[in-house]
Amino acid sequence: MQKFNKLKSIPAYLPIVNIDTDMIIPKQFLKTIKRTGLGKNLFFEMRYDDQGKEINNFALNQSPFKDSKILIAGKNFGCGSSREHAPWALLDFGITCVISSSYADIFYSNCFKNGILPIILEEEKIKELSEYANRKEEISIDLEEEKIIYGNNEIKFQVDPFKKKCLLEGLDDIALSLNKSDKIENFEKDLKNKKPWIFHD
Amino acid sequence: MSTTLYDKIWNDHLVDQQEDGTALLFVDRHLVHEVTSPQAFEGLRNSNRKVRHPNLTLAVADHNVPTTDRTKGIADAESKIQVDTLEANCKEFGVQLFGMDDKRQGIVHIIGPEQGFTQPGTVIVCGDSHTATHGAFGSLAFGIGTSEVEHVLATQTLVQKKGKNFRINVNGQLPLGVTSKDVILQIIGKIGTAGGTGSVIEYAGDLIRSLSVEQRMTICNMTIEGGARAGLIAPDEKIFNYLKGKPMSPKGDNWEKALNYWKGLKTDDNASFDQELNLNAGEILPMITWGTSPQDVITIDGKVPNPQSENDEDKKNSIERSLKYMGLKPDMAAKDIKIDKVFIGSCTNGRIEDLREAAKILKDKKISSHVSAMVVPGSGLVKEQAEQEGLDKIFVNSGFEWREPGCSMCLAMNADKLKPEERCASTSNRNFEGRQGRGGRTHLVSPGMAAAAAISGNLDDVRKYQN
Repeated sequence: MQKFNKLKSIPAYLPIVNIDTDMIIPKQFLKTIKRTGLGKNLFFEMRYDDQGKEINNFALNQSPFKDSKILIAGKNFGCGSSREHAPWALLDFGITCVISSSYADIFYSNCFKNGILPIILEEEKIKELSEYANRKEEISIDLEEEKIIYGNNEIKFQVDPFKKKCLLEGLDDIALSLNKSDKIENFEKDLKNKKPWIFHD
Repeated sequence: MSTTLYDKIWNDHLVDQQEDGTALLFVDRHLVHEVTSPQAFEGLRNSNRKVRHPNLTLAVADHNVPTTDRTKGIADAESKIQVDTLEANCKEFGVQLFGMDDKRQGIVHIIGPEQGFTQPGTVIVCGDSHTATHGAFGSLAFGIGTSEVEHVLATQTLVQKKGKNFRINVNGQLPLGVTSKDVILQIIGKIGTAGGTGSVIEYAGDLIRSLSVEQRMTICNMTIEGGARAGLIAPDEKIFNYLKGKPMSPKGDNWEKALNYWKGLKTDDNASFDQELNLNAGEILPMITWGTSPQDVITIDGKVPNPQSENDEDKKNSIERSLKYMGLKPDMAAKDIKIDKVFIGSCTNGRIEDLREAAKILKDKKISSHVSAMVVPGSGLVKEQAEQEGLDKIFVNSGFEWREPGCSMCLAMNADKLKPEERCASTSNRNFEGRQGRGGRTHLVSPGMAAAAAISGNLDDVRKYQN
């Protein structure tokens, strides 16, 4: 997984609430057996017309937002389906940081597995930051310091220490969990005694 | 200390607890389907890892499978690759798979309970948000992403943080024609699609206890539409009777041991919840969704909302956007919404009781001439049972198509989909933009309401067709 530390970009702003993962990446693109190549289909139905042409007034089709690494969006971002294709599509497009006032749980967790930082801020701060999208000015993210720097201002955000460590170091959490193999084995032994039916024994 | 059912299951599965609150949780049952697993198996292969417990893992292809004649295989090349990949992965890693020709094949959340793979007090995961369904058995069941699927395959555990306890009490009796689908739509309408975010919802109260096992599954299934990853109900005699004798249920001595453990699975009387909501079942009416989020609910006697009467700017914009997408006018009566299609099926309402409920309404009636309608049973076993009861004939005689099992038009990954601007009364779980096909318009309803809409040609009150 790609490490995440600092990021600077003009943010793109989608002022829509409840953006679901069907909107982020519709089902016809879930037939892939790969993690890559989904960026061109990110927000497909809002981004392209029936003929497959780019819809000009959609933010991510416009310069400089085509190259945004930061996406600001309305509350409850990523609700609905558990598809990890949603963060894969964002990542493949080049977005490695999302800013919203709230996220659906599964999407939130999926982001961290893919080197994407989902930041939670109050709605007022979101409105303030969205001005930078309107003015096409850069903002900076510093994960180590847990802050967003914009103009002469700073906003602090919070992120779970374990998740932060994994992002900063690009850690594979399967390897981390396998380091606890002894504990897993002990649990399993105990389980076989206490609930033998679990293993169909 | 008094604990909730969620607390008990959580505590009973703790492999390791870190100081920062992160825990390693043991997973008893892992369901796998073709859409969210290929990258996980590929990850295992790339890191030379095995599936830790193939016998705690069960796979089935459901999202991509055709619901028409399967003897010719899958026509769509990409769908075929995905289904073939699942088959190859299961073979390579020793995971049991119900193939497309197996009569046990069906929607992953229907086959788990049907086989007795789903059991009370277990932690069940699947790369699918509707895993919440299995909570009806008093298990902690939730959807995960593909990276987590890989994690579970490799370690039989999952890194999690404990959620909050949220209890929804539903007491009283449901009026005639009102079902558990209406109950959950009502709940989502009340708490909103983010209302349960960060929580596990326990459903309680005498109405919940009075529901059948399958009706409970419908409620737990749509918990995710209220933002909570898991919904659960304390198991009781109905659950134990349902599981007894199922192929993968505990047998002999183990059955007695399991039963003894299962009977203790309930929230302590004075356990505290972070949030509670009380509903009176007697006040719930047949519901429909009018918009593009499952929280956009009104009763069948109601009217579509008017953005002008909304003060909150975000909500106003959201209503306008939904009305435009749905092709509806503000203040329009629900019953004036004309439909083109009807879909009965999905992990929400594709079980035998759902088909019986719809068939009861359709018996000796014809569907409206401008409506095309289909029934997609949730599994091969549901289909077989329905045919034994003659339900297929009732559906076909009324004008419905009788299909093979799968996810079908709930998410339209296979060939079953809406055309742009087509309007569908659907027993599925999501009315998101484009969910059932690009530009398609979905109204979520109960199976009885779907049948009523098919007959009338517009959204209609199921009570009109009940004797």
